[in-house]
Amino acid sequence: MSARWRLAMLVAALPLAALPLPLSAEIPLDERRSAYEDMSRDNKAMQDDDTSNPGMLAVLDGEALWSAKAGASGKSCADCHGDAKTTMKGVAARYPAFDAGAGRPVNLDQRINLSREHDQKAQAFAYESKDLLALSAYIAMQSRGEPIAPQDDARLKPFLDKGRAAFNQRLGQLNLSCGQCHDDNWGKSLAGNTVPQAHPTGYPIYRLEWQSLGSLQRRLRNCMIGMRAEAYAYGAPEYAEMELYLMWRARGMKMETPAVRP
Amino acid sequence: MAARTLINVPQKAKRGEVIQIKTLISHIMETGFRHDNMGRSIPRDIITSFTCTYNGEKIFEAALYQAIATNPFVTFHTVAVESGTFTFQWTGDNGFTQEASAKITVG
Repeated sequence: MSARWRLAMLVAALPLAALPLPLSAEIPLDERRSAYEDMSRDNKAMQDDDTSNPGMLAVLDGEALWSAKAGASGKSCADCHGDAKTTMKGVAARYPAFDAGAGRPVNLDQRINLSREHDQKAQAFAYESKDLLALSAYIAMQSRGEPIAPQDDARLKPFLDKGRAAFNQRLGQLNLSCGQCHDDNWGKSLAGNTVPQAHPTGYPIYRLEWQSLGSLQRRLRNCMIGMRAEAYAYGAPEYAEMELYLMWRARGMKMETPAVRP
Repeated sequence: MAARTLINVPQKAKRGEVIQIKTLISHIMETGFRHDNMGRSIPRDIITSFTCTYNGEKIFEAALYQAIATNPFVTFHTVAVESGTFTFQWTGDNGFTQEASAKITVG
């Protein structure tokens, strides 16, 4: 092939390469569905019955922790917040929320730890520890049935945009973005499983594969490792941004905590 | 933290009615076959037996092994013969014992 031909082909290919990759199309609001809909009858029954949903065991632990005194302050959550059944109703449905002290959004787990450190003068729980998940499950369960309601806070806007960008960012050796599966190809099969729309309606969830409760961060790490990308460390700011976008994307959907997933 | 249990027994039943009992208990059910990230064997820690008594009479018993998943869920049926109490007992490795009970009114 002559040098001139090669140059001509290169020039012809350039405009194509310069085109930006199309963003995944967001799912129309009325076509959104919880991954609950895709579960087997048995798994649905397990989630629906509070005496067979294993997530409820953690909720019982969380209820005990809510009124257990902790740290140098000698105070329990209940001493300041009262009865979680009324004071925590709808709270989990609007997290992540902006924290003025941190200058950025924090998720519910981080909020619990901030309160432990600043108000209770106690040591923060480790991420994914049984106690943190239990408390977070107990608080989030008070929002069960409530619509997800991200806060209309101008300070959150740049973080929400970052979360949206991260959702559409190709990652890892498989070079996939979240949106390519969860916006563009939901409902199809991936290794025998139905690709869900990825709405964080039921976190922390009891995942049968994990045989334990786990947070949304754990689930996000799971997907990243699946894409053969390097997952961020627990508590990384990127997760709160992604969680913020996911909650915004699921706005209006009903909370199901503690959800069961296969 | 102590083990948690969730019991589902109908509060009321007719005499002679077949009722379903559902029990769930929090337990790690560590098989003893796994190793930690330093290659050390993680010792077995499972529930080995479950029994249910109905007004003192044993009506159900189960032996549990390593293949049972975390947080064992055991469900079974029995006939409601009289008002009284179901007592559930789990025993396992490392001296694990847990008891729970539920009342039923048979009319």
